[in-house]
Amino acid sequence: MPNETVLEMRGICKQFPGTKALNNVDFTLRKGEIHALMGENGAGKSTLIKVLTGVYEKDSGSIRIDGVAGEAQIHSPQDAQNIGISTVYQEITLCPNLTVAENMFIGRDRGVGVRWKEYEKRAGEILNNLGIPARPKQELSRCSLAVQQMVAIARAVDMNCKVLILDEPTSSLDEKEVQMLFELMRDLKNRGVGIVFVTHFLEQVYAVSDRITVLRNGELVGEYLVEDLPQVELVARMMGKDLDDMVDLEAVGEKSQGSDEIVYEATGLASTECKPFDFRIRRGEVNGFTGLLGSGRSESVRAIFGADRVTGGTVKVKGLRKTVTNPHKAMKQGIGYLPEDRKRDGIIADLSVRDNIILALQVMKGFFHPMTKAQMKSFADEYINALQIKTASQDTPIKSLSGGNQQKVILARWLLTHPDYLILDEPTRGIDVGTKLEIQRLVLKLAEENMSVTFISSEIEEMLRTCSRLIVMRDRNIVGELTGEDLTQAKVMKTIAGGGQ
Amino acid sequence: MKNTLKKIASSLNSLMIPLVALFLLLLFNLFRDVSFFRITLDDKGVLSGNLVSIINSASELAIIGMGMTLVTASCGGQDISVGTVSAIAGAVFAKMLLKAFTVITIPTILLSVLVAILVTILFKLFNGVLVAVFRIQPMIATLILYSSGRSIASWIIVDATTKIEDPLVRYIGMTIPGSPIPTPIFITAIMGLVLVLIFKLTNLSLYTQTVGINQGAARLNGINPIVVKLLCFGVLGVCVTLASVIQIGRIGSLTQNTMLADIEMDAILAVAIGGNSLGGGKFRISGTVLGAYVIETLMTTLRSMNVDTSSIKAYKALAIIAVVVAGSPVIKALASNLWKKIREQVFVGTSKEAIR
Repeated sequence: MPNETVLEMRGICKQFPGTKALNNVDFTLRKGEIHALMGENGAGKSTLIKVLTGVYEKDSGSIRIDGVAGEAQIHSPQDAQNIGISTVYQEITLCPNLTVAENMFIGRDRGVGVRWKEYEKRAGEILNNLGIPARPKQELSRCSLAVQQMVAIARAVDMNCKVLILDEPTSSLDEKEVQMLFELMRDLKNRGVGIVFVTHFLEQVYAVSDRITVLRNGELVGEYLVEDLPQVELVARMMGKDLDDMVDLEAVGEKSQGSDEIVYEATGLASTECKPFDFRIRRGEVNGFTGLLGSGRSESVRAIFGADRVTGGTVKVKGLRKTVTNPHKAMKQGIGYLPEDRKRDGIIADLSVRDNIILALQVMKGFFHPMTKAQMKSFADEYINALQIKTASQDTPIKSLSGGNQQKVILARWLLTHPDYLILDEPTRGIDVGTKLEIQRLVLKLAEENMSVTFISSEIEEMLRTCSRLIVMRDRNIVGELTGEDLTQAKVMKTIAGGGQ
Repeated sequence: MKNTLKKIASSLNSLMIPLVALFLLLLFNLFRDVSFFRITLDDKGVLSGNLVSIINSASELAIIGMGMTLVTASCGGQDISVGTVSAIAGAVFAKMLLKAFTVITIPTILLSVLVAILVTILFKLFNGVLVAVFRIQPMIATLILYSSGRSIASWIIVDATTKIEDPLVRYIGMTIPGSPIPTPIFITAIMGLVLVLIFKLTNLSLYTQTVGINQGAARLNGINPIVVKLLCFGVLGVCVTLASVIQIGRIGSLTQNTMLADIEMDAILAVAIGGNSLGGGKFRISGTVLGAYVIETLMTTLRSMNVDTSSIKAYKALAIIAVVVAGSPVIKALASNLWKKIREQVFVGTSKEAIR
């Protein structure tokens, strides 16, 4: 093993019933590098990481770690930790009601008794050293998500890790927080830690990584230096397509301006979570709310759907005054809402794919009008086919589907209600590139069929590709509206930054 | 045909724990004493024997268990006041029948039951409002009535024991002349059928599970979680009243201080043995009913082994620990792994033979 290498995985294979999750995969991590592990959902990224962290046992192959003679024996997460492999997951796995210092040291006592004073002092040093803006005695839940993530990293780093795995660390952070995290990652890199970075955000890969390893269908596609692999090429490698196919990515279809009929109009609409705003959408129009996370874009659409308590404003649906103060009333007015947080607000985890698809329609039909099993089955079949949802059967619990397919089920749920106006809040978050494109195409197709759609995404390109009108928000206020030629990334950025007018 | 078989197999799978427990108990009795299974017609033409008496005496538990399952599924917690509220239901029933109507006929009995049901539903809705609107944990919300229920019953009827020996009332808890099957068994079956019908004609089952699994998402799909939870408590109120009236008919009197004592714990146990998660979500009423029969079979077995009454509860605890541990996720995973290995070996074995 060459000197600068800190981790070497060779010929890793892992078989699950029915699928070969990893087939002869190599992965090399060097000291002091940030190495992005890329691939679509189901490409084998998570499996590889789980093999490395001892969650799964590999079927064959070898793992070598710097400073460990011979093959590393990793049979449990504890083993992985002991030889210097630490992981920070997407969902923060700390205890929110303990303090920062407690979180950093809990479960690591070697001796008898807990020496909190010492821990607090030590935690303070580490936080200071890494430039993390948190106090040791602060309750963790009082820190922002980004800081919580950093505390998790600090905990990992303090356990003398050589390999730090960051699994989608940025998916719930806003732009500024992402930058803070990147600072921390660069700092750790300079200290010689090898970092494995798993993310869906392509820009972030290029902002911070040194190398990229691409997986597809459980096989290694290749390892590249970042400068040798332009973004479009990366996407092509991940999808296993030639560059020629990628024209599609630029234009997924004709944008729809919509007709003149106003389907939904709100004046001075306000909820407990958002300030009063005016909004209207035409039949067949696709518009978007953009702005940084926390700018109030999600809160605004939640107010439209009555998801939060509506505190004021008037609403007209197809020209008639209506009260839309809760989701049920919104649904009756033909409004659908795919929530931002799929796991928390979207899926009913233990229920079957079928029940998850028919849920909204069933509720609209009413408590005393349950559909027959045959109806449910045919509806579920129709949409599983139409959206190409990959599921073993209708009866499979939705929780065992991949993220992208779960999202399609929620989409199917709302499409089944045939809404006039569909709100999609981050429908493409945390799902693979292929499915993202499918969803964008679908949005344009729906608009063609005269549905009005509000499409929100953290990836501005996606919105530029689909929306004919963008509402820009900053600090919970609408600060601009862009249409036509103004729909460019630069213009959006400028408007968000405050110089767009 | 294949589909029906599959369906039966999958429902058997989810009822695995109570079925296996029941099977083992019966098997144990088979080896211990075959006469345990003897069923005879007694001189009044009524079926008698251990099996009949198990199903008969488990009726109150099974009925309350049905309601408890719904409350558990929607609220992710249990109602511990069902025993004490049954005393209130009984007191209302007795007072209506003896003081308001004074004559005991079938209509007055039915009316009294109806009034008792309405009053009990009100008490249960009080619990429900605390749980659903004020988001108090179910156990705490029902603790209030758990400790005060029997006192409230004593306000309604002052006497510690009220004898109701009218044959019409006794028929509810015993046997209607000419019928070979005890009435409580009928009432349990009817209650079960009514629930099946409700699940067929309304979305109660889907809504309850949705609210239990993910309340926030349920709301975003237009379901009102408060209404669903209140409905579940309402159904439990009906169940508690029926159990109370059966109990009065069985004993021939109302004793509010001991009536259906500790049934809340058995009901929760029946829900758990039935394979339902006590954290809410997916549920199976049939599992709970089987769970009730498991508990009653256990008690009957212990009694017929002449186990000392003071130590019967310790033996019951032992058996229940065994059932609950057997149904735990750890053991389930082990068992399914083992089963897979056995199947693989059998499969490999036969295929090798086939090659030969």
